[in-house]
Amino acid sequence: MAASDKEVRMRKGTRFALILGAVPFVMLVFALPFVNRIEPVILGFPFVLFWILLWVILTPAVLFLAYKIEKKFNPPDDEAKR
Amino acid sequence: MNPALLIIFGTILVSTIVGVYAGRRVKMNLENWTVGGRRFGGVIIWLLMAGEIYTTFTFLGASGWAYSKGAPTYYILIYGTLAYTFSFFLLPEIWKLGKRHGLHTQPDYFIKVYGSRALGVFVAAIGILSILPYLQLQLAGLGFIVEVASNGAIGSKLAILISFVLTCVFVYTSGIRGSAWVSVIKDVMMIAAVAIVGLGLPRLYFGGIGKMFKAIIAQKPEHLVFPGASPSMDVLWVMSTVLLTGLGFYMWPHVFGSAFSAKSEKVLKRNAIIMPFYQIPILLVFMVGFTAFLVLPGLKNGDTAFLALVQKAYPSWFLGFVGAAGAVTAMVPASILVLFAATLLAKNVYQAGFNPGASEATVMRLSRVMVLVVSAAALLLALFLPNALVDLLLIGYDGASQLFPGVVLGLFWKRVSRTGVVAGLITGVAIVVFLVFGGHDPFLGLNAGFVALAVNAVIAVGISLLTKSRKAL
Repeated sequence: MAASDKEVRMRKGTRFALILGAVPFVMLVFALPFVNRIEPVILGFPFVLFWILLWVILTPAVLFLAYKIEKKFNPPDDEAKR
Repeated sequence: MNPALLIIFGTILVSTIVGVYAGRRVKMNLENWTVGGRRFGGVIIWLLMAGEIYTTFTFLGASGWAYSKGAPTYYILIYGTLAYTFSFFLLPEIWKLGKRHGLHTQPDYFIKVYGSRALGVFVAAIGILSILPYLQLQLAGLGFIVEVASNGAIGSKLAILISFVLTCVFVYTSGIRGSAWVSVIKDVMMIAAVAIVGLGLPRLYFGGIGKMFKAIIAQKPEHLVFPGASPSMDVLWVMSTVLLTGLGFYMWPHVFGSAFSAKSEKVLKRNAIIMPFYQIPILLVFMVGFTAFLVLPGLKNGDTAFLALVQKAYPSWFLGFVGAAGAVTAMVPASILVLFAATLLAKNVYQAGFNPGASEATVMRLSRVMVLVVSAAALLLALFLPNALVDLLLIGYDGASQLFPGVVLGLFWKRVSRTGVVAGLITGVAIVVFLVFGGHDPFLGLNAGFVALAVNAVIAVGISLLTKSRKAL
């Protein structure tokens, strides 16, 4: 029972992390047709370039969150065993 | 000797010395030579990966595209970011397998996961064929940069010859450690050069980046949105290209292989988190290309825009500094490419294909001989068959990316079969060859490599479901 419990918790951490990992793909690939314009110019950048930059810079934050969540849900003793 | 020459030669020489020094007092067996004894921590892994990823293409191709094609150049910012996101999930798993089974190369991985030495040889062949144009690209970029930066005092062929021979020296003596240490010089010089010109040039000519964009928007706004100046590179092309290159990125044998040199999976995860910040220098390189777009219109080859503008705006010694930075920026990736091509030939073609009984010491000795063979081949290609920069890279990418289904399904799907992966791989490579060399790229608005990868994946999954799955690891 305990072992299967652990497995479910591990999957949960990995699942959250994967959902977060999909965010840059959605924003930087699938959103492109909707942001392909010049106006509004933000911080001097045409909008499409601003959008891309924004998500390049936010991706580390998203991945950091994924890292923390994985750590929280995936029991640490499991990592030590490897 | 003029100061520019002194700076260029000084940098190349110091880099070589540092590279050779990096391997001293390390007993050079295969484990230390190819994967640094699996002992690299966070800083050195970051330097190594940044070192091999940000190449002469960063200087020339990104600014060249900003200049001649406009918006499609943004794809470079995107695909790197996608690749790092993907690596966050991929590399730790590959590393664990590598650690457990003592893997050194990408074909080692295929041999282990699919239990077939023939597949290993095939993967090694794809790897080597993808590496060679990429290596040639580095050399061509290096020759070009040094020739312009020295004001023609050193011809491009001489520059290629000198710096590449010296690169081979430190690969031979120090293996991957040499590349990692020289990366320190490379990163510091490259970031400094790019920051100075990327911020300086728009300021010099327009009074700032925002004003520079304002001027482009006033004159030619369509240059700044997809498809820019290339009608075939519309949004659909960008989307398929960034998916292909983002996912295919870690399929390059040298990038894949350098993951094994980390000391833990945590190092790789943390590295994936911070790597996107390294895209900011590329943004600065775009600024140079866009400035040149207004200031130096009508250049025949966009790849020359970066240096032409630097030459126009700065004193010759600074041009020398940029040339030196460009030279090391080619030397580091070239060293890693040579290292892995040589290891693939010795370990995965010779040992796996022809002489399974060869000892590790023999493979190590042969790897070093292969450094000389690969270097000679690349040198001949670079000197006698030079080609346009970015196109070459895309062909290599298309080939290497076809390994994606085999790598990912092998890690995450128990049902995958060797037959399925082999069938997908062969079909994918055949489609790439047909579309790219038949002039059908882009195909229906999509990147040809992406089309090949999609068919490859469908076949790999479909046939896997119909055939016996591989043995569990």
